[in-house]
Amino acid sequence: MSKEWPLWEIFVRSENGLAHKHVGSLHAADSEMAVQNARDLYTRRNEGVSIWVVKSSDIVATDPSQSEALFEPSEDKTYRHATFYHVPEGVKHL
Amino acid sequence: MYTSISDGIVGAAESGDEREAAFNERLDRSVKVEPNDWMPEPYRKTLVRQISQHAHSEIVGMLPEGNWITRAPSLLRKLILLAKVQDEAGHGLYLYSAAETLDTPRDAMVEALLTGKAKYSSIFNYPTLTWADVGAIGWLVDGAAIINQIPLTRCSYGPYARAMVRICKEESFHQRQGFDVMWKLAHGTPEQHAMAQDALDRWWWPSVMMFGPPDSASPHNEQSMRWKIKLFTNDELRRKFIDQTVPQAEQLGLSIPDPDLRWNDVTQHYDIGAIEWDEFYRVIKGEGPCNRERLQARIDAWDDGAWVRDAALAYADKHAAKETSAA
Repeated sequence: MSKEWPLWEIFVRSENGLAHKHVGSLHAADSEMAVQNARDLYTRRNEGVSIWVVKSSDIVATDPSQSEALFEPSEDKTYRHATFYHVPEGVKHL
Repeated sequence: MYTSISDGIVGAAESGDEREAAFNERLDRSVKVEPNDWMPEPYRKTLVRQISQHAHSEIVGMLPEGNWITRAPSLLRKLILLAKVQDEAGHGLYLYSAAETLDTPRDAMVEALLTGKAKYSSIFNYPTLTWADVGAIGWLVDGAAIINQIPLTRCSYGPYARAMVRICKEESFHQRQGFDVMWKLAHGTPEQHAMAQDALDRWWWPSVMMFGPPDSASPHNEQSMRWKIKLFTNDELRRKFIDQTVPQAEQLGLSIPDPDLRWNDVTQHYDIGAIEWDEFYRVIKGEGPCNRERLQARIDAWDDGAWVRDAALAYADKHAAKETSAA
Protein backbone atom coordinates (compact mmCIF):
# COMPACT_ATOMS: atom_id res chain seq x y z
CA MET A 1 0.00 0.00 0.00
CA SER A 2 1.27 3.49 -0.83
CA LYS A 3 2.19 6.01 1.82
CA GLU A 4 -0.64 8.10 3.23
CA TRP A 5 -0.80 11.81 2.30
CA PRO A 6 -0.18 14.10 5.27
CA LEU A 7 -3.09 15.44 7.32
CA TRP A 8 -3.93 19.17 7.28
CA GLU A 9 -6.11 21.19 9.63
CA ILE A 10 -8.42 23.62 7.85
CA PHE A 11 -9.47 27.08 9.04
CA VAL A 12 -12.11 29.13 7.23
CA ARG A 13 -12.97 32.83 7.54
CA SER A 14 -16.71 32.98 6.93
CA GLU A 15 -16.71 36.69 6.13
CA ASN A 16 -14.35 39.61 6.35
CA GLY A 17 -14.37 40.97 9.86
CA LEU A 18 -14.46 37.53 11.47
CA ALA A 19 -11.53 35.34 12.50
CA HIS A 20 -10.62 32.09 10.77
CA LYS A 21 -12.27 29.16 12.51
CA HIS A 22 -11.23 25.51 12.59
CA VAL A 23 -13.64 23.45 10.48
CA GLY A 24 -11.98 20.04 10.21
CA SER A 25 -9.12 18.30 8.49
CA LEU A 26 -8.23 16.56 5.25
CA HIS A 27 -5.39 14.74 3.50
CA ALA A 28 -3.33 16.36 0.74
CA ALA A 29 0.11 15.78 -0.77
CA ASP A 30 1.15 19.43 -0.39
CA SER A 31 -0.12 22.83 0.74
CA GLU A 32 -1.43 23.80 -2.68
CA MET A 33 -3.52 20.65 -2.90
CA ALA A 34 -4.66 21.13 0.70
CA VAL A 35 -6.06 24.56 -0.22
CA GLN A 36 -7.80 23.17 -3.31
CA ASN A 37 -9.28 20.24 -1.39
CA ALA A 38 -10.34 22.52 1.46
CA ARG A 39 -12.18 24.73 -1.00
CA ASP A 40 -14.05 21.71 -2.41
CA LEU A 41 -14.69 20.07 0.93
CA TYR A 42 -15.46 22.93 3.30
CA THR A 43 -16.81 25.79 1.16
CA ARG A 44 -19.39 24.25 -1.18
CA ARG A 45 -22.12 26.62 0.05
CA ASN A 46 -20.58 30.06 0.54
CA GLU A 47 -19.14 29.09 3.92
CA GLY A 48 -16.04 31.17 3.47
CA VAL A 49 -14.01 33.93 1.86
CA SER A 50 -10.56 32.81 3.00
CA ILE A 51 -8.89 29.51 3.92
CA TRP A 52 -5.85 28.65 6.04
CA VAL A 53 -4.29 25.20 5.92
CA VAL A 54 -1.82 24.00 8.55
CA LYS A 55 -0.09 20.65 8.70
CA SER A 56 -1.62 18.82 11.66
CA SER A 57 1.81 17.71 12.82
CA ASP A 58 2.84 21.39 13.13
CA ILE A 59 0.15 22.17 15.69
CA VAL A 60 1.20 22.02 19.32
CA ALA A 61 -1.60 21.83 21.86
CA THR A 62 -1.97 21.95 25.62
CA ASP A 63 -2.36 18.62 27.35
CA PRO A 64 -5.91 18.04 28.68
CA SER A 65 -4.51 16.35 31.80
CA GLN A 66 -2.79 19.65 32.64
CA SER A 67 -5.87 21.78 32.14
CA GLU A 68 -6.59 22.15 35.85
CA ALA A 69 -3.15 23.57 36.49
CA LEU A 70 -3.30 25.78 33.45
CA PHE A 71 -6.80 27.13 33.48
CA GLU A 72 -8.39 26.75 36.88
CA PRO A 73 -6.36 29.41 38.72
CA SER A 74 -8.25 32.10 36.81
CA GLU A 75 -11.58 30.80 38.11
CA ASP A 76 -11.13 32.27 41.60
CA LYS A 77 -9.92 35.65 40.38
CA THR A 78 -13.34 37.14 40.13
CA TYR A 79 -11.87 40.60 40.79
CA ARG A 80 -10.63 40.50 37.17
CA HIS A 81 -14.20 40.96 36.00
CA ALA A 82 -16.12 44.21 36.02
CA THR A 83 -19.13 42.49 37.59
CA PHE A 84 -17.06 41.93 40.80
CA TYR A 85 -17.41 45.59 41.76
CA HIS A 86 -20.39 47.22 43.38
CA VAL A 87 -21.47 50.39 41.64
CA PRO A 88 -22.97 52.86 44.16
CA GLU A 89 -26.41 54.05 43.28
CA GLY A 90 -26.52 57.11 41.09
CA VAL A 91 -22.97 56.73 39.75
CA LYS A 92 -23.03 56.82 35.96
CA HIS A 93 -20.70 55.99 33.05
CA LEU A 94 -18.83 53.32 35.00
CA MET B 1 -3.54 14.10 14.93
CA TYR B 2 -1.75 17.06 16.44
CA THR B 3 0.67 16.59 19.28
CA SER B 4 0.30 17.78 22.81
CA ILE B 5 2.97 19.93 24.44
CA SER B 6 3.61 17.40 27.20
CA ASP B 7 3.44 14.28 25.03
CA GLY B 8 5.61 11.67 26.61
CA ILE B 9 5.28 13.19 30.08
CA VAL B 10 3.29 10.95 32.37
CA GLY B 11 0.40 12.97 33.74
CA ALA B 12 -1.10 12.84 37.21
CA ALA B 13 -0.82 9.28 38.44
CA GLU B 14 -4.48 8.37 38.37
CA SER B 15 -5.49 4.76 38.25
CA GLY B 16 -7.63 3.47 35.39
CA ASP B 17 -10.67 3.27 37.64
CA GLU B 18 -10.35 6.87 38.81
CA ARG B 19 -9.93 8.03 35.25
CA GLU B 20 -12.96 6.11 34.14
CA ALA B 21 -15.04 7.48 37.00
CA ALA B 22 -13.96 11.02 36.10
CA PHE B 23 -14.75 10.31 32.45
CA ASN B 24 -18.26 9.08 33.30
CA GLU B 25 -18.85 12.00 35.61
CA ARG B 26 -17.98 14.43 32.79
CA LEU B 27 -20.30 12.55 30.42
CA ASP B 28 -23.11 12.87 32.95
CA ARG B 29 -22.54 16.62 33.05
CA SER B 30 -22.69 16.61 29.20
CA VAL B 31 -19.10 17.81 28.89
CA LYS B 32 -17.95 16.81 25.39
CA VAL B 33 -15.00 14.52 24.91
CA GLU B 34 -12.27 15.99 22.72
CA PRO B 35 -9.47 14.17 20.83
CA ASN B 36 -6.62 14.43 23.33
CA ASP B 37 -8.78 13.72 26.38
CA TRP B 38 -8.36 10.43 28.16
CA MET B 39 -11.10 7.97 27.22
CA PRO B 40 -11.75 4.29 27.95
CA GLU B 41 -10.47 2.02 25.17
CA PRO B 42 -13.90 0.47 24.50
CA TYR B 43 -15.35 4.00 24.03
CA ARG B 44 -12.60 4.80 21.53
CA LYS B 45 -13.04 1.50 19.69
CA THR B 46 -16.81 1.78 19.52
CA LEU B 47 -16.56 5.31 18.19
CA VAL B 48 -14.00 4.35 15.55
CA ARG B 49 -16.25 1.53 14.43
CA GLN B 50 -19.37 3.69 14.39
CA ILE B 51 -17.83 6.74 12.72
CA SER B 52 -15.79 4.82 10.13
CA GLN B 53 -18.75 2.64 9.17
CA HIS B 54 -20.80 5.78 8.84
CA ALA B 55 -18.07 7.21 6.59
CA HIS B 56 -17.98 4.03 4.49
CA SER B 57 -21.76 4.28 4.05
CA GLU B 58 -21.43 7.80 2.68
CA ILE B 59 -18.74 6.74 0.23
CA VAL B 60 -20.45 3.54 -0.95
CA GLY B 61 -23.69 5.54 -1.01
CA MET B 62 -22.34 7.56 -3.92
CA LEU B 63 -22.52 4.47 -6.16
CA PRO B 64 -26.26 3.78 -6.50
CA GLU B 65 -27.04 7.41 -7.32
CA GLY B 66 -23.89 8.00 -9.37
CA ASN B 67 -25.40 5.40 -11.66
CA TRP B 68 -27.96 8.00 -12.81
CA ILE B 69 -25.82 11.13 -13.25
CA THR B 70 -25.30 10.62 -16.98
CA ARG B 71 -28.96 9.75 -17.49
CA ALA B 72 -30.66 12.44 -15.41
CA PRO B 73 -33.79 13.62 -17.25
CA SER B 74 -32.75 17.31 -17.47
CA LEU B 75 -29.69 19.49 -17.06
CA LEU B 76 -31.06 20.88 -13.78
CA ARG B 77 -31.67 17.39 -12.38
CA LYS B 78 -28.15 16.46 -13.42
CA LEU B 79 -26.66 19.47 -11.62
CA ILE B 80 -28.68 18.69 -8.51
CA LEU B 81 -27.64 15.04 -8.52
CA LEU B 82 -23.99 15.93 -9.09
CA ALA B 83 -24.12 18.31 -6.13
CA LYS B 84 -25.79 15.66 -4.01
CA VAL B 85 -23.29 12.94 -4.83
CA GLN B 86 -20.45 15.42 -4.22
CA ASP B 87 -21.98 16.10 -0.79
CA GLU B 88 -21.93 12.37 -0.01
CA ALA B 89 -18.20 12.34 -0.75
CA GLY B 90 -17.85 15.33 1.53
CA HIS B 91 -19.79 13.61 4.31
CA GLY B 92 -17.53 10.60 4.03
CA LEU B 93 -14.47 12.84 4.31
CA TYR B 94 -15.77 14.82 7.31
CA LEU B 95 -16.43 11.52 9.08
CA TYR B 96 -13.10 9.90 8.20
CA SER B 97 -11.41 13.03 9.61
CA ALA B 98 -13.45 12.76 12.79
CA ALA B 99 -12.46 9.09 13.18
CA GLU B 100 -8.80 9.95 12.56
CA THR B 101 -8.82 12.18 15.64
CA LEU B 102 -9.14 8.88 17.54
CA ASP B 103 -5.70 7.83 16.29
CA THR B 104 -6.88 5.55 13.53
CA PRO B 105 -5.10 6.16 10.21
CA ARG B 106 -7.28 6.77 7.16
CA ASP B 107 -5.66 3.96 5.22
CA ALA B 108 -6.48 1.45 7.95
CA MET B 109 -10.15 2.38 7.69
CA VAL B 110 -10.13 2.15 3.90
CA GLU B 111 -8.43 -1.21 4.12
CA ALA B 112 -11.08 -2.46 6.56
CA LEU B 113 -13.76 -1.49 4.04
CA LEU B 114 -12.01 -3.03 1.04
CA THR B 115 -11.29 -6.32 2.79
CA GLY B 116 -14.89 -6.57 3.96
CA LYS B 117 -13.89 -6.31 7.62
CA ALA B 118 -15.88 -3.11 8.10
CA LYS B 119 -19.55 -2.83 7.25
CA TYR B 120 -21.51 -0.07 5.58
CA SER B 121 -25.24 0.59 5.53
CA SER B 122 -26.95 -2.38 3.90
CA ILE B 123 -29.35 -0.08 2.01
CA PHE B 124 -26.67 0.66 -0.58
CA ASN B 125 -26.61 -2.96 -1.69
CA TYR B 126 -29.89 -2.45 -3.52
CA PRO B 127 -29.88 -1.46 -7.22
CA THR B 128 -31.19 1.81 -8.70
CA LEU B 129 -33.31 0.51 -11.55
CA THR B 130 -35.14 3.66 -12.66
CA TRP B 131 -34.88 7.44 -12.30
CA ALA B 132 -37.59 7.27 -9.62
CA ASP B 133 -35.08 5.42 -7.42
CA VAL B 134 -33.05 8.63 -7.21
CA GLY B 135 -36.18 10.31 -5.85
CA ALA B 136 -36.94 7.47 -3.45
CA ILE B 137 -33.37 7.43 -2.11
CA GLY B 138 -33.40 11.15 -1.40
CA TRP B 139 -36.83 11.09 0.17
CA LEU B 140 -36.63 7.82 2.13
CA VAL B 141 -32.97 6.91 2.61
CA ASP B 142 -31.77 10.44 3.30
CA GLY B 143 -34.94 11.05 5.29
CA ALA B 144 -34.09 8.07 7.48
CA ALA B 145 -30.47 9.22 7.70
CA ILE B 146 -31.58 12.63 8.98
CA ILE B 147 -33.62 11.04 11.76
CA ASN B 148 -30.61 8.95 12.71
CA GLN B 149 -28.15 11.81 12.50
CA ILE B 150 -29.89 14.79 14.10
CA PRO B 151 -29.53 13.34 17.63
CA LEU B 152 -25.85 12.64 16.87
CA THR B 153 -25.20 16.38 16.59
CA ARG B 154 -25.50 16.24 20.40
CA CYS B 155 -23.37 13.11 20.91
CA SER B 156 -20.55 13.08 23.45
CA TYR B 157 -17.59 13.09 21.05
CA GLY B 158 -16.86 16.65 19.88
CA PRO B 159 -15.41 16.02 16.40
CA TYR B 160 -18.22 13.57 15.55
CA ALA B 161 -20.90 15.95 16.79
CA ARG B 162 -19.42 18.83 14.77
CA ALA B 163 -19.23 16.73 11.61
CA MET B 164 -22.87 15.75 12.11
CA VAL B 165 -23.97 19.38 12.33
CA ARG B 166 -22.47 20.07 8.92
CA ILE B 167 -23.88 16.85 7.47
CA CYS B 168 -27.40 17.42 8.75
CA LYS B 169 -27.53 20.87 7.15
CA GLU B 170 -26.72 19.31 3.80
CA GLU B 171 -28.98 16.29 4.21
CA SER B 172 -32.12 18.39 4.23
CA PHE B 173 -31.30 19.49 0.67
CA HIS B 174 -30.91 15.80 -0.21
CA GLN B 175 -34.26 14.84 1.23
CA ARG B 176 -36.12 17.72 -0.37
CA GLN B 177 -34.68 17.19 -3.83
CA GLY B 178 -35.68 13.51 -3.56
CA PHE B 179 -39.21 14.39 -2.49
CA ASP B 180 -39.36 16.87 -5.37
CA VAL B 181 -38.42 14.13 -7.87
CA MET B 182 -41.13 11.89 -6.38
CA TRP B 183 -43.69 14.72 -6.44
CA LYS B 184 -43.10 15.45 -10.12
CA LEU B 185 -43.33 11.77 -11.04
CA ALA B 186 -46.34 11.09 -8.81
CA HIS B 187 -48.18 14.01 -10.45
CA GLY B 188 -46.98 13.20 -13.95
CA THR B 189 -48.24 10.73 -16.54
CA PRO B 190 -49.72 7.41 -15.36
CA GLU B 191 -46.44 5.74 -16.37
CA GLN B 192 -44.44 8.20 -14.26
CA HIS B 193 -46.80 7.71 -11.33
CA ALA B 194 -46.36 3.94 -11.63
CA MET B 195 -42.60 4.41 -11.70
CA ALA B 196 -42.74 6.40 -8.45
CA GLN B 197 -44.95 3.74 -6.84
CA ASP B 198 -42.58 0.99 -7.96
CA ALA B 199 -39.62 2.81 -6.41
CA LEU B 200 -41.50 3.24 -3.13
CA ASP B 201 -42.44 -0.45 -3.21
CA ARG B 202 -38.81 -1.47 -3.51
CA TRP B 203 -37.23 1.10 -1.12
CA TRP B 204 -39.76 1.18 1.71
CA TRP B 205 -38.76 -1.91 3.67
CA PRO B 206 -35.00 -1.52 3.22
CA SER B 207 -35.42 2.08 4.49
CA VAL B 208 -37.38 0.88 7.52
CA MET B 209 -34.58 -1.61 8.20
CA MET B 210 -31.92 1.11 8.01
CA PHE B 211 -32.40 1.81 11.71
CA GLY B 212 -30.96 -1.60 12.49
CA PRO B 213 -32.24 -4.63 14.34
CA PRO B 214 -35.09 -4.31 16.86
CA ASP B 215 -34.07 -3.17 20.35
CA SER B 216 -34.63 -6.68 21.65
CA ALA B 217 -31.83 -7.93 19.36
CA SER B 218 -29.48 -4.95 19.33
CA PRO B 219 -26.37 -5.72 21.35
CA HIS B 220 -24.76 -2.25 21.34
CA ASN B 221 -27.73 -0.16 22.39
CA GLU B 222 -27.31 0.04 26.14
CA GLN B 223 -23.60 0.81 26.41
CA SER B 224 -23.71 3.28 23.52
CA MET B 225 -26.56 5.13 25.14
CA ARG B 226 -24.64 5.38 28.39
CA TRP B 227 -21.73 6.84 26.45
CA LYS B 228 -24.07 9.26 24.67
CA ILE B 229 -22.98 8.16 21.22
CA LYS B 230 -26.46 6.85 20.61
CA LEU B 231 -29.31 8.93 22.00
CA PHE B 232 -32.39 7.02 20.91
CA THR B 233 -32.93 3.31 20.36
CA ASN B 234 -33.31 1.76 16.90
CA ASP B 235 -37.03 1.21 17.42
CA GLU B 236 -37.64 4.77 18.65
CA LEU B 237 -35.93 6.21 15.58
CA ARG B 238 -37.72 3.80 13.25
CA ARG B 239 -41.09 4.79 14.71
CA LYS B 240 -40.30 8.46 14.20
CA PHE B 241 -39.39 7.78 10.57
CA ILE B 242 -42.62 5.91 9.91
CA ASP B 243 -44.76 8.51 11.65
CA GLN B 244 -43.35 11.32 9.57
CA THR B 245 -43.10 9.49 6.25
CA VAL B 246 -46.54 7.85 5.98
CA PRO B 247 -48.39 11.21 5.68
CA GLN B 248 -45.86 12.33 3.06
CA ALA B 249 -46.64 9.22 0.99
CA GLU B 250 -50.33 10.07 1.27
CA GLN B 251 -49.62 13.58 0.04
CA LEU B 252 -47.75 12.11 -2.91
CA GLY B 253 -50.76 9.91 -3.67
CA LEU B 254 -48.61 6.78 -3.30
CA SER B 255 -49.28 3.78 -1.12
CA ILE B 256 -46.89 2.27 1.39
CA PRO B 257 -46.37 -1.44 0.59
CA ASP B 258 -47.57 -2.65 3.99
CA PRO B 259 -51.12 -4.05 4.24
CA ASP B 260 -50.91 -4.00 8.05
CA LEU B 261 -50.02 -0.32 8.29
CA ARG B 262 -52.59 1.67 10.27
CA TRP B 263 -52.77 4.57 12.70
CA ASN B 264 -53.09 3.51 16.32
CA ASP B 265 -55.17 5.97 18.33
CA VAL B 266 -53.98 4.57 21.64
CA THR B 267 -50.22 4.75 21.02
CA GLN B 268 -50.53 7.79 18.72
CA HIS B 269 -48.17 6.03 16.32
CA TYR B 270 -48.52 3.85 13.24
CA ASP B 271 -48.60 0.09 13.65
CA ILE B 272 -46.69 -1.72 10.94
CA GLY B 273 -46.50 -5.26 9.60
CA ALA B 274 -43.73 -7.70 10.45
CA ILE B 275 -40.27 -6.72 9.22
CA GLU B 276 -38.41 -9.43 7.31
CA TRP B 277 -35.24 -9.43 9.33
CA ASP B 278 -33.94 -12.48 7.49
CA GLU B 279 -33.50 -10.29 4.44
CA PHE B 280 -31.67 -7.65 6.48
CA TYR B 281 -29.18 -10.18 7.85
CA ARG B 282 -28.73 -11.76 4.41
CA VAL B 283 -27.81 -8.40 2.89
CA ILE B 284 -25.47 -7.57 5.79
CA LYS B 285 -23.75 -10.91 5.32
CA GLY B 286 -23.01 -10.00 1.71
CA GLU B 287 -25.88 -11.67 -0.09
CA GLY B 288 -27.77 -8.54 -1.17
CA PRO B 289 -28.37 -7.82 -4.85
CA CYS B 290 -25.31 -5.54 -5.27
CA ASN B 291 -22.86 -6.30 -2.43
CA ARG B 292 -20.15 -7.68 -4.68
CA GLU B 293 -20.55 -4.95 -7.30
CA ARG B 294 -20.37 -2.14 -4.68
CA LEU B 295 -17.27 -3.48 -3.00
CA GLN B 296 -15.55 -4.18 -6.32
CA ALA B 297 -16.24 -0.58 -7.41
CA ARG B 298 -14.48 0.69 -4.27
CA ILE B 299 -11.56 -1.72 -4.69
CA ASP B 300 -11.12 -0.67 -8.33
CA ALA B 301 -11.27 3.02 -7.43
CA TRP B 302 -8.61 2.51 -4.76
CA ASP B 303 -6.32 0.40 -6.95
CA ASP B 304 -6.72 2.54 -10.07
CA GLY B 305 -5.98 5.67 -8.05
CA ALA B 306 -2.80 4.33 -6.47
CA TRP B 307 -0.47 5.77 -9.10
CA VAL B 308 -2.11 9.19 -8.72
CA ARG B 309 -1.61 9.17 -4.95
CA ASP B 310 2.01 8.09 -5.39
CA ALA B 311 2.72 10.65 -8.13
CA ALA B 312 1.27 13.53 -6.09
CA LEU B 313 3.40 12.55 -3.12
CA ALA B 314 6.54 12.18 -5.26
CA TYR B 315 5.90 15.64 -6.72
CA ALA B 316 5.38 17.16 -3.26
CA ASP B 317 8.55 15.50 -1.91
CA LYS B 318 10.61 16.71 -4.88
CA HIS B 319 9.42 20.29 -4.44
CA ALA B 320 9.99 20.20 -0.70
CA ALA B 321 13.55 18.94 -1.33
CA LYS B 322 14.16 21.74 -3.84
CA GLU B 323 12.99 24.37 -1.37
CA THR B 324 15.24 22.96 1.34
CA SER B 325 18.30 22.96 -0.89
CA ALA B 326 17.53 26.51 -2.13
CA ALA B 327 17.22 27.77 1.44
